[in-house]
Amino acid sequence: MGELGAELVEIEDWTCCGASAAEATSYLLSLSLPACILAKAEKMDDTSQILVPCSACYLNLKKVEEISRNNIELLNKINTVLQEENLHLQGKMKVRHLLDILARDIGPAKIFANLKSPLTGLNIAPYYGCQCLRPYSVFDDPEEPRSMEPVIEAVGAKIHPWDMGGRCCGASHMTTKPDVALELVAAILKAAKGADAIVTVCPMCQMNLEAYQKKISGMSGEDLSMTILYLPQFLGLALGLSEQDLRMDLNLSITKAFRDKLNRTQISADIHR
Amino acid sequence: MNRLEKIESEQESETAPAPVIDSLAPIRDMVSACIQCGTCTGSCPNAFAMDLTPRQLWYNVIRGEKETIFHSKTFSLCSVCYYCTLRCPRGLPLTDAMSALKQIAAKENLAPYKKSVRFYKSFMESVRRHGRVREMEFMTLYFMVMKNPLLPFRFAPLGMKLMSKGKVSVELPSKGSGTLEAIFRKVEELENS
Repeated sequence: MGELGAELVEIEDWTCCGASAAEATSYLLSLSLPACILAKAEKMDDTSQILVPCSACYLNLKKVEEISRNNIELLNKINTVLQEENLHLQGKMKVRHLLDILARDIGPAKIFANLKSPLTGLNIAPYYGCQCLRPYSVFDDPEEPRSMEPVIEAVGAKIHPWDMGGRCCGASHMTTKPDVALELVAAILKAAKGADAIVTVCPMCQMNLEAYQKKISGMSGEDLSMTILYLPQFLGLALGLSEQDLRMDLNLSITKAFRDKLNRTQISADIHR
Repeated sequence: MNRLEKIESEQESETAPAPVIDSLAPIRDMVSACIQCGTCTGSCPNAFAMDLTPRQLWYNVIRGEKETIFHSKTFSLCSVCYYCTLRCPRGLPLTDAMSALKQIAAKENLAPYKKSVRFYKSFMESVRRHGRVREMEFMTLYFMVMKNPLLPFRFAPLGMKLMSKGKVSVELPSKGSGTLEAIFRKVEELENS
């Protein structure tokens, strides 16, 4: 974000939003945990928006934002809980998804203007997952999402044509019901064949898509290994950041074919410079 | 008895207990306008693994068939993708209704959902102790309450990979600072009153 002129300030003492676990155990808890975070963010100076880099966290926070505007009775109940920590939620923070900010606030023009090494020739499958699109369709079409495309094209890459961008990765089923989740991810990886990488906007989807590829390939009887990158990493490659800066060593699936193609792309970009 | 022992030893109930009749009422209200069109079933990515389709589940909710509902895997297979909510022609909050059923299963500690419920409760226990989840602790708690000595092996390859990359820190379960203890306690107090 720094490369694109945006400054991020960390919320002090942030806590967990409850993920998908809170909602599966208690409704009030699933609202109180994100409310704690929003109330802490409200206390910060000169901050009116909160950028959320995970779709599940985004939805949890967004739900509470909506309640704080439309349901005073429930907001009061949440504030009764927050009082235990001397916190109070007014409801003035705007909850924004990382992709929303990259696609609409920063925008493709600014990304193009900061381009250092174009990723021409790469074929990218944009993967949105569920919870940044549904149930609140804030910045994209919840059935046929397209918001990532201009951002990817701004760095010179092409879009892999597919209709799996908004499909479910199985989320925490991967641990408790692996048979089901592996099927979902297998369908996504199969549809991505022909692309050089899938780009994600949620760390949970990222993990599900990248961590089980060997198992899924074995199950399906075909090689389904695929590079999975988090959108800011992908953009960072084009904005001249090093693989070390982008912590690509932490990714669980970057294929050799992708590395080779990336090197060729970068060499040819250097020649033409 | 600490809370972890409690997760383990809570009396598991094979049949849906009496209070469920009442707790089903708000969910019945959520889906009472269902016209049984089946758009939810057609949209659900997990329908292939369900015993009752989502449409059949709502039918049973409307009729108050709690024995059928709480012996079915259907609501525990909801991965909260919101396709059904998006497409429901009556605009019903179907994903929220699925979650409300999960909340009953967790609260009543119903045996058929042991695996998911213990997984979620172990996660929340770690968050309660430290304010943020500690993956290593969370999974250790989960393995402890599941009492299946083979279970950890299924996660070992991924766990080792993540540890070698420093993506999870090696920490044993600890009491923590109780950062969110007050919040959790107040929620319990309000929900049980």
